[in-house]
Amino acid sequence: MSGYSADPRIRWTEWLPWVAAIAFFFLLPGYLSLGARILIFILFALSLDLILGYAGIVTLGHSAFFGLGAYTAGALGAHTGITDPLLQLAAAAAMSALLGLATGAVILRTRALTLLMLTLAITAILLEIANKWTSLTGGADGLSGVKVAEVLGLFRFDLYGKTAFFYCLAMLFIGWWLVRRIIYSPYGAMLTGIRENAARMHAVGAPVYWRLVLIYTISATMAGVAGALLTQVNQFVGLNVLGLEPSGDILVMLILGGVGRLYGAFIGPVVYLIAQDYLAKQYPEYWYFGIGVLLIIVVLFARGGILGLLDKWLPFLKPASSARASAR
Amino acid sequence: MAAVLETRKLCKSFGALTVADNIDFRLEPGARHALIGPNGAGKTTFVNMLMGVLAPSSGQILLGGEEVTRVPQSARVRRGLGRTFQVTTLFRSLPVLDNVALGIAEREGTATRMWKPASRHQEIKDESMQLLAALGLADDAATRVADLAYGKQRLVEIAIALGLKPKVLLLDEPAAGVPSHETDKILSNLERLPPDIAILIIEHDMELVFRFARRITVLVQGVVLTEGTPEEIARDVRVHQVYLGEQAHA
Repeated sequence: MSGYSADPRIRWTEWLPWVAAIAFFFLLPGYLSLGARILIFILFALSLDLILGYAGIVTLGHSAFFGLGAYTAGALGAHTGITDPLLQLAAAAAMSALLGLATGAVILRTRALTLLMLTLAITAILLEIANKWTSLTGGADGLSGVKVAEVLGLFRFDLYGKTAFFYCLAMLFIGWWLVRRIIYSPYGAMLTGIRENAARMHAVGAPVYWRLVLIYTISATMAGVAGALLTQVNQFVGLNVLGLEPSGDILVMLILGGVGRLYGAFIGPVVYLIAQDYLAKQYPEYWYFGIGVLLIIVVLFARGGILGLLDKWLPFLKPASSARASAR
Repeated sequence: MAAVLETRKLCKSFGALTVADNIDFRLEPGARHALIGPNGAGKTTFVNMLMGVLAPSSGQILLGGEEVTRVPQSARVRRGLGRTFQVTTLFRSLPVLDNVALGIAEREGTATRMWKPASRHQEIKDESMQLLAALGLADDAATRVADLAYGKQRLVEIAIALGLKPKVLLLDEPAAGVPSHETDKILSNLERLPPDIAILIIEHDMELVFRFARRITVLVQGVVLTEGTPEEIARDVRVHQVYLGEQAHA
């Protein structure tokens, strides 16, 4: 899809998510808070796809950055006078970037199961810190009373979630554009090379470790922004943004949608969160069962995720890279 | 003449097992040098130490006269050391063009750019195409490596290494696993490599070695048994005993 043989132009199908988002705003005004939540998790999933789908870094600890971003925005809004949403986002981005750089520099020297356990350990440690440091985080009760001022001094976060929806949509658009830029760039092609065959990338002179640390930091930054958005939209942050569970959730969302294909990160959260919303209303105690069945069906019958199925059934959606086109 | 690649008393042991024992080795500019030896002689270990994949237990490695014993692999590659792998090590799901372009981008220092799409780096693609054309792979540029015949995959190995414009090229069994009627194609491509590249070839196919190499080093159980011209090696009784003899019995 990406790389030296790919066609980098934006195809018409790539505008569909944005058309759908605008349509959602006008057709389902009662569901805007769910909509904003979906947009946030798409941004979170996009950040995960960048390292998992393109660079091949398997992680169960991506919530560390999401959670740190969420608590950074929360602590600023609840304890300090910094209520400007963009300033809070910037602070969350900076904190998550630092954590991504610091932890990435340590754990990316390892691989496979060791790496997986280390990522998990980091988010578990942050969860415990958030749990114990009650004066800052509110502990198990969560941190309420997070103040968020008007966006750009103009748009108040309203009761219906209209501002929140467009604010999240704007951030997601920026995130999508940056990620798309990266994956079509030489850096993105190089990451695919590392995922495909790290030994060969070493042998052509790539300092693989540093390249992974950089993309890990970028991904952590994005995840931190997503976390901060969740805090701002809810004006609350709880312990459920850290630890294994949100890491697992976002991984499941991405796998549902399709890993390493950019738009899998869009489809996965939509299906997951709508299914969750519906199932939680119908069967409040068993909704995870439905998600489990969905995941089993996808990994058994649609290895490329839902997007993989769409490719098969609706071939015109498939990105026609110049490589494939000229091979035909 | 100064050697482009040199080892001094290079040793490597894994516990009690010594796989490289005081190897003194010199590769002259423009050399066509072969490293031969029976299975388990430590040839691939030697290449891995030269590349920086494995750290030697003791001894020195010099590249272009400078010591690189502790220099990481990526920095050695940037100083002009290239290799191919005994076991095909390619980006299997990527087109042939990308396989070569990724290496060329590393050499040119454009691999870390994050803005302009890779496919608009026309100079990288042009150079990749020229290289593929020179190796007779132009028609396969858009084919995924996984869909390529094995003999051609071996050529892609060589193409990637050449894209780095190495001063020293280590070929680890370039014809491994290639059916004998295709070995010629690989050999003819090797013979057309730029004469200023110093080449060290590790190979089991004796016919290929004696046609290609102008010097041969024989490695046995981590020790350099002897070194000389192909004629000298062919006459050497010890080589026949430990290596050629063994092959005759096998």
